[in-house]
Formats: sequence, structure tokens, C-alpha cells
Amino acid sequence: MRKSIVIGVDVGGTFTDILSLDEVLGEVHVEKVPSTKGDQSSGFLSGIMAATNRDLSSVSTIIHGTTVATNALLERKGAKAGIITTEGFRDVLEMRRRDRPSTWGLWGQFTPVIERKCRLEVPERTLADGTVAKEIDPASIEAAAKNLIEQGCESVCLFFINGYANKNNETKAAKILRQVWPNDYVSVATEILPEIREFERCSTASLNAYLQPVVANYLARLEDRIANENSGSEILIVQSNGGIMSVDAAKAFPVRTALSGPAAGVVAARQIANAAGFLNVITCDMGGTSFDVSLVADGKNILTSQASIDFGMVIRTPMIEMSTIGAGGGSIAHIDETGLLEIGPDSAGSDPGPVCYGFGNDRPTVTDANLVLGRIDARKPIGNKLTVLDRDAAVMAIKKHIATPLGMKVEDAAEAIVKVANSKMAGAIRLISIERGHDPKLFVAMPFGGGGALHAGALMQDIGLAAAIVPRYPGVTSALGCVMSDLRHDEVQTLNIMLNSLDDDHLQKLIAEMTSSAEGIIQQTNAKIEAIETIIELDMLYLGQTHAVAVPIVNDRAITIDVIRGAFEKSYLKSYSRLLKEIPIRILNLRLSVIGKRPQIDVKMLASGPRNESVEACRIAEQKIFANGIWYDAAIYERLKLPEGSKISGPALLVQPDATIYIDPSLYAVTDDFGNIIMKQEVT
Amino acid sequence: MDPVTLAILKGRLEQIADEMDATLFRSAFNPIIAEAHDASHGIYDAITGETLVQGKSGLPIFVGVMAFAVKAVIDKVARDGGLEDGDVYIFNDPYDGGTHLSDFRLVKPIYRNGEVFCYLASVGHWHDVGGNVPGNYNPEATECFQEGMLIPPVKLFSAGILNSDIVDILSSNSRLPNSLYGDMNGQINALDLGKQRLNDLLDHYGEDNIKKALSLLKMRADRMMRDHLSALPNGTISVEDFLDNDGVNDVALRLAVDMTIEDERLIIDFSRSSPACAGPVNISRSTTIAASYVALKHIFTDVPANAGVLQPVDFIIPEDSFLSVRAPKPVGGYTETILRLIDVLFQAFEHIAPERVNGCAYGTINALSIAGHRKNGSRWVMFSFFGGGHGGHPEGDGLNHGNAPISTATIPPLEILEAAYPVAFTQWALRPDSGGAGKHRGGLGAIYEIELLEKSATAFLFGERGKFPPPGVVNGGPGAVNKFYYDSDDDDAINNKKSPPLVSKITGIKLRKGQKVRLETPGGGGYGKPADRLQHLIDNDMAQGYISKESK
Repeated sequence: MRKSIVIGVDVGGTFTDILSLDEVLGEVHVEKVPSTKGDQSSGFLSGIMAATNRDLSSVSTIIHGTTVATNALLERKGAKAGIITTEGFRDVLEMRRRDRPSTWGLWGQFTPVIERKCRLEVPERTLADGTVAKEIDPASIEAAAKNLIEQGCESVCLFFINGYANKNNETKAAKILRQVWPNDYVSVATEILPEIREFERCSTASLNAYLQPVVANYLARLEDRIANENSGSEILIVQSNGGIMSVDAAKAFPVRTALSGPAAGVVAARQIANAAGFLNVITCDMGGTSFDVSLVADGKNILTSQASIDFGMVIRTPMIEMSTIGAGGGSIAHIDETGLLEIGPDSAGSDPGPVCYGFGNDRPTVTDANLVLGRIDARKPIGNKLTVLDRDAAVMAIKKHIATPLGMKVEDAAEAIVKVANSKMAGAIRLISIERGHDPKLFVAMPFGGGGALHAGALMQDIGLAAAIVPRYPGVTSALGCVMSDLRHDEVQTLNIMLNSLDDDHLQKLIAEMTSSAEGIIQQTNAKIEAIETIIELDMLYLGQTHAVAVPIVNDRAITIDVIRGAFEKSYLKSYSRLLKEIPIRILNLRLSVIGKRPQIDVKMLASGPRNESVEACRIAEQKIFANGIWYDAAIYERLKLPEGSKISGPALLVQPDATIYIDPSLYAVTDDFGNIIMKQEVT
Repeated sequence: MDPVTLAILKGRLEQIADEMDATLFRSAFNPIIAEAHDASHGIYDAITGETLVQGKSGLPIFVGVMAFAVKAVIDKVARDGGLEDGDVYIFNDPYDGGTHLSDFRLVKPIYRNGEVFCYLASVGHWHDVGGNVPGNYNPEATECFQEGMLIPPVKLFSAGILNSDIVDILSSNSRLPNSLYGDMNGQINALDLGKQRLNDLLDHYGEDNIKKALSLLKMRADRMMRDHLSALPNGTISVEDFLDNDGVNDVALRLAVDMTIEDERLIIDFSRSSPACAGPVNISRSTTIAASYVALKHIFTDVPANAGVLQPVDFIIPEDSFLSVRAPKPVGGYTETILRLIDVLFQAFEHIAPERVNGCAYGTINALSIAGHRKNGSRWVMFSFFGGGHGGHPEGDGLNHGNAPISTATIPPLEILEAAYPVAFTQWALRPDSGGAGKHRGGLGAIYEIELLEKSATAFLFGERGKFPPPGVVNGGPGAVNKFYYDSDDDDAINNKKSPPLVSKITGIKLRKGQKVRLETPGGGGYGKPADRLQHLIDNDMAQGYISKESK
């Protein structure tokens, strides 16, 4: 049987989304099943079985965006782990970079993921120039390992000071440690991140150790369940950088999956928008508790080299840059001590959820406000969890907590809640766009997740974006992103040398070695690769500076000092106004990414499915919608049935099983030939 | 104004200040700004100079002090006239705008319809501004002229044209002119961006609405502060704490406060504090008020950061006090004095608002410098501030190894320091037993031990809390005192180790290859009675090695 189906799976807090794509027939099938708490692999399997009529034999690849690592970090449910480190440095993880959680107030607390008694020191020392000042003592490594095992540690992190400058001591110790450690859960800092900055390296490697048993066990269960179906399908995992990797790589580097789920959504958003002709996109993922925004500029995702999952929980690995604020459908509206209307940070999440769900929360949420304003169809809640929403309860809650204290009508209070929430979301978007010098007029908003499309119109107008583009299946964008991702492997090596004393032969050799090692990792998968792209960057700066500039290097000609200097100056001038010709230049790190390009997916496939002949035929109900202080007589349309080229003027609601789209009175929406809805300002 | 519009405008205005901060952090040349964020930006009143809006990411102490800096420019213009659209004033006079000479302020009027609508200001800590020691932390200074150049408010830009004479004067007075030039340009960028953003906002909402919003926000901060105060009992509380010495004479300095609450007003009286001293731990009046503001904001965290906070507060600071000095009294070590001032206010509020305070933090920035020449003759200076423990608080134990309450600065990675300078850290660790005992223990200070790898070097330290430990509150015990040791071949060294005669302040330590200096920084004070600490927490502290013996 030909294996022509690729499946994307995104496991969220409430639903597991499945998207199956037949690469030969060009057919797309979408499935949403409840997530299974405890063991996500069970909901995962039932989802893909439902999506394939219980037959995995034609499934070649299953690509998974997972939140197992994210949740383990946020809920502090990783494994008991230990650290073996250089004498004098057991506290690097706990001392952080000497920070505190908030500017005002001194009540911070920090509990490191590896407790102090499990952080053991051994004699050894490498200096910053790579000189080994003290050799390792094999017996002390074995004794430390034994001590940690006796304390019940399941995994271990090996981290030596200045290991980035010379790995010898760490490599020797790792060999001994792996011989005596009872399982595969040995995280070696320089294997994970051979980069200068001890806290960031130690934290990343420690979190890897903390996550490894949890993620590896989960992936093993998943592999078992799939293998039991005799499918021979290969599982691949989405990384925080939006690329995918083998299950084995994910088991070795679980820390690279910390933002796996949301990253996949951004990849899909980029590709859908690019196909539709929009190269500059702001993606807006609105869920129950949070609003995640990310920027796509010139058709590319923006990567960041580091992120904090929580105070002091630092991961340094390339990740899609995302900014998250606590404003989701479940965010609670309240009046603060100064009498101002505030949204969040408290959230009713999806359980108990908004007041209108009727599961016991009585404080009004953003979703309740949207319902009261007629911007959600009470008869068709998304996600099949409920049959009807309780609008009266939402009205009561808004009246009691907001309208009465502020002396407003309920509708006005509901609109105020949505406005303040929109303003917060717009602020998050401004921070990643306008603040970085991007002109909003050149960008479009792409909302996804269940609630994004309710707010996209307002955000677009507030920020001054060109348009909003709602993908055909906003609720399963992350699952779609899994299917659209390329294979990727990143490497970094600190060089810390002056440009003038660079040995370019040595650099070429190093690049060749790192490239072949990264390509090897990518080729371990069976996934079809059409082309291999290698991205090489040097982190460079003037001597005395601390913020480096990323300098792209082309590897198709001789890499000489002059070529590198030219590239540096070009990059520097992009960020700053003048070169400092008389100051020497330093090369801090070499970064290398190998991307295995997978076959492009024709986004038009998503547009398939039966359509009605006219817009009128899609009109399914009348709806009263409140906006700008007045009630409008409007209508609800069935979104997926809208014919290509339809135009609908606001106010209106477009509904589909996984999302609701609200079109503001001053906006109109058209459908394009990729199945997207494009919202724009009505020209008057 | 309706509460929805007000909430939106509040967010937009704060974002402008935040964006100005971010612009400078990214484009600065000097790590004290780029890494440690020793800078701040805000929007200030056109007539009084009061803080209207402040960025969230800048250095807390500047939040209070910038109003005085803007006022200094307003006074200068009132005296001399000649203010024009496009002007930017620059200065670092610590007696007329606060802090110390390293902090350069740029102040720019924003014109609307031919009138000054408000001022934007930027302050940043420059790497070197002349004076006797590189980096300007001279513990032996007895006049500000030994600490650096002093520039009064002068026009850096006149009607949008850069006055390059000023740039030349500044550059030729610094050991690091490139760094100075880069930082100054970063501050100009930040002000330009702020102007553009503010004008966009004004165009969209109109001057009247923004003006109304700013005044409402100030009134709200004022109102909240008054509500907080009126919830506290009336009366006077007297508290005092001490600085080890001024770096010149080994005499303790008293920092005393008599704090009176009268309904919704607060009177902070520093009259019983020591008179002006010879060494550099004096501060100016504006710095005293700004530091009090920082303490109040740490205690009443929910009050918005604007001038309204200080509206219900009166200050009594005698003119001869070391908290109110004028030129040329040295002020380079102002950080130590304001940290003590914040400690004193926490200790005062402990008696009336125990649920709002925390044990005192480690209380010193420990500026440590090690400098020498490499084999090739080039000069190196390793200069950094070190961390310590935070105080225990109502919700739990104090944070281990935090930054000073006056700043949000991070410490450079030790691997970066080792790569840049000929030193090797032999220890970079938490300091067991340094946290004050209490129901909630103080956070631990740190141990930094540094070995010299080059032939010879000279070291100096500017620290505090060597004699008087950080107090606990609500019956919590004190943290451990600051300790400093260095290897020495002198005859009077004990086991070849010495400590400074003035405990935490010393210059001219001679080191040779293989010798070490060792800094053991204070932990935070405890919160609540030690007897109330739960046994399992004590057991855990023992098991983890946070304490080596049971807390008393």
C-alpha cells in the first residue's frame, strides 16, 4: 500500500487537533478530540485513528507538536535530577544572573529545578583560554554518580566551567558517567550548548535533564502505541524553532521542544499568508488564558536565541520569538483598586471556563462579553464540548461585577471589557512590531486559535495594519503547521577570537565538521527531503561591546578575514548608524543551522470542500450585534460554504466548527482562492 | 474621562517610556547600560518637572530622581530663557538633579502649538567621566573633583542642531570617549523615538485628552497613596541604622528617621542623621527624596509610578545633613547611602504595616575593581558590582543572590569576566548561614573568590554592611555582615590573609600571580520570629546546606 498520508497532531489543554493530508490526492481531513490528561498519548492515538478510519497503513509520517515539555516546566513536574560540576560552582543554577522577578517589590522566590543537595562538585578546571588547569579524577565522577543515584536521581546534568573553551574534561567525564549511570538520561552541557555564559548553559542543560525522563517516556509510549497498529509510520517532533526532528533527537534534547506546540502554529500561519501573497504577518493565537503573538517579516519567522519559561528558568536555544500576555477568552474582567477596568491576569481558563459555560465560574470573562455583544453564536459553541452557551448568566455576571460598579449599561460594560482586552492585545503587538521599527501598514494580522478571529478586526484598526487574514481552519492551525514544517538541526560553538587573528582554514574545517554532524542528524529520519539549506552566522561585536550582531556568512566561497569583516560591517550598519573603524572586531560564536526542506504543501488544498452558490445561501440566522454603543440587525453565515470571491460587509458573524469570525461594522470580508477570509477597512 | 479611554491611554503612555528604555539598552555601547540597564526614561510635567509617566524597565532610583533633573532644566530656562523646539539639554550635576557624576541626563522639551507640552528625559550611567579612578567609584574622594567632570545643564542641541563643541569637551574628559559617544547617541535615539511616539498619540487623541489623562493618573496615585496611609495608625516611629564609615574616617554614620503618619499624610524627618562627612557617602537632597520614593514603591507596589506617590509626603532634611549636601562634597558612593535609607524605611514601616515589609536586603553594591597590565603592556580593569541576599517576607524566604533594591541590574557571567580579564574564579557560590533567621529566613548572600593569573595587579573595594548587618523585621534576625579577605605577603597578615582596616572599603591592594581576593556578601534579614519557623523547613535548609546548624 502506498503511504501517502502525513498527519499533524497538536495536543492542547482542552482538545487534541488532528490534520491529515493525503499528499497524492490532495485531500485534507480535520479532527478534534478531547485531550486526555495524564497520558496524552491515549487521546493522540484515538484522534489519529478517528482521522484515518482506524487504518494507519497508508500513513507515512506523524508530525507532533507537543506541550508535554511546556507543561512539565510550568507545572514543575519534571524528574528528580542531579548536577555534577566543577569544584566551587555547584550554585551557578541557583544564583542565576543576580536578578529578581519584578522591578517593584522585593518578595521574589526562586526554586531551582535541581535542588542543592543533588548538585555535587568534583575536582577539575579548565581556564577561559582552554588550558586544562586541573585534570578530572575518574573516581570522583563515579562517586558523585553513585551519590546521586542513591539520592534517587533519575537523570543527571554534567556541567563544567569554561567547557565551551575546551570540551576535553567534560567529554572524559561524560564517558565515565555514561558507563555508571543506569539509563540514557545523561545531559552533557557542551553537547547541548557549547556556548559561553555559564548560567545560560547550565540552566539549559539542567532543564534538559529535568525534562528528559518525562519527555522520553511519553515519546516511547507514543511510539509503542503507533507500533502496535503495525503501521510503520514514522513520528517526528516539532521543535521550538519551528523545525522538526526525529523522536530520538527529541529524547536526547527535550529542552528543544519547550515551545513546540505554539511554534507549529506560527509556521502554518507564515506559509498560509505567504501563499496568499502576504509576506509580513503578525500571528495572533488566542486561547483560553493567553494571547501569543509572533512576527513574520519578509516571509520569515523571527527566531530568538533565548527565552525564560518562568522566573530564572532560562532556555538558550533557537526558538520562534513569541510574546505572550495573559489575555485569553477566559481572562477575567474586574475593577482594580483605583477604580479602573482591568482584564486578567486571573483567568477562568477552559475549566471552569467563562460564566456562560455554566461550570461554576461567576466572574465575567472576555468570552462572556463577546457573547453578550452577539459576537459569538450561543447556539453553536466551538469544539463540541457544550450544546449551548448561557447568555443570561453572562449578562448577570457583567452587570454585577462591571456594569453596576461603573454605572454603565450591561452592553456598554461588555463592550468596554472587549475594548480593554483589545487594547492589551494591541500593546503586545506594538511591542514586537512598531517598537522594532516595523511599519504596521505593511503587515497583516493572522488570527488563529478559537478566539483570535473575534478580535482581529479591532486589532487591525487599532494598530493600523493593512488587513486581517483568517485561515480556513483557524482552530487547527498548529496541527497544520506540523505538516508544513521542515527538518532542522541547530549547532553553536563559542570561538571568542579576534577577527585579525582568525585562522580561516580552521574555521572552514569547523564549519565542515558541524555541517556534516547536523546533516547526519537530519538524515536519520525517513522523511522526504527535497533540498538541504545551511545557514551560517557569526555573532560579532566590537571589542568592549556586549550585544553581538548576527552576521550571516555565505559558505560558497573562501571565508577570509576580509570577507567576514565586510559582512560584519554590513550587518552592523543595519542596526546602528556608524562603524567604529579604529576598534578591533571580535567573533564570539559560530552558529550553524541545517534545514532539510520538505515538499511544499499547496495551500490551495485547504480550500477544497463543497461550497454554496451564493453568499445568501450561506446565511443561516439573524443575529443582533452590539458595537459602538448601538445594536445592529445582522446575520450569521456558514463560513466554510462561502463561495470564492464572496464579499460580506460588517457587522456579521461567520461561523465554522473550530472558530467564529466577527466582522466589525466598518469592515468587510472577502474570501480568496486559498479559502482564507480577508478583512479590510470599508473605504468611505 | 471614561475609565476605558483612561486605561488605554495609561497603557499607551507607559509603552512610550518602555520603548525609550528598550531603544537605549539595545544601542548603548557600555555594559552598565546595555547589560545592567542602569538607565531610565520618562515623561515629565512642563511646569513642575514632576514625573508623569515612567518606563517599567529602567533603574528604579532614577524614577524618583529624574523629576529633579527636569526641574533643574526648567529653572535654568526660567533664569536664562532661550528654550526652543528641538533643544536638548545635557548635564550630570549631582547636586542639581541627584545621584552621582556617572549619570548623564538628557532633557528635551516637546512642543505642541508653539508651547512646551511636556519634557522627555533620558538618564544613563556612563562608563568613565574622568576623575581619580577609572569607573569613578573612588572610596577616598573628599571632593567631587576627584570623582569626575561636572557638567551643568547646557544645550547639546539648539533647535535641532547638534553643538559638537559640547561633544568634544565631554569626549576629552573621559578615559573611554568612544563608549561615551555611543551611549550619548543611544540616549538621543531614545528621545527622538519618544518624541515621535508621543506626537502620534497627541495627534490621535488631542492635547486636552492626554493632559486630562496625565492629571487623572497622578490624582489616582495620590489617592491610592492617601488611602494606604489613612489605613495606618497615626503616630511617630523612630528608627535608625548605620553606615560602617565614609571611607576616609572610620566613624559610623547614623541614618535616622522619625516617620509620622497624620491621617493621610506622611512626614519623613531625617533630622537626627549624621552631618555631611569627608568621604563619598554623602547624597544630595534630591537623591534622598528619590530613594524614599523607591522605598515607598517597594512597600506599596500597586501605586502607579508617578509624582502622585510623593504628593502626600513631606520631607524634613536639614541642610547640614549628609543627606543634603552641596558641591563640592563627594557623592560617588551614593548607592551605599540610599540602600541604607531604604532599609531604614522598611524598618519604620515594620511597626505599622508588618504585612507589607520584608527583611532588609544585603545593603551594599560591593564595587570591586582589579586592574593591572598584561604582558603586552595593555591596561585591564575588571570593575563589577556584586549581589547578596534579599530579606524574608510575608510570603516566604528571601531570594538568594538578588540585585540591589535600587536597581534591576544583572551580573556579568563569570565566563565572560574570565575571558576578558586575567583572573579565575575559584568560587562562585551561595554563602551558607548568611540569611537572617526568622519564620521566613533571609535569602543567602554569595561567596566570590578570585585568583589573579597575571604577574601583578591592584584591587579596590567600595562596600558596606561590614559592621552593621542587614536587620530582620517583625522579630526576624539579621543577615551576616559583609566580609572581604585578600592574600598578602605583609608581616601583619594572619595566615597570609588580611581584611581592610575600614572593613569594606579599601584601595591599593597589591596582588601577585596566584593570590586571591574573597568577597562574602551579606544575606538578607529574616521575617518573623525564628521560633515560628516550621521544622520541615529547618530540616530542608540543613539537608540542602543553606544552614550548617539549626537556626536559633
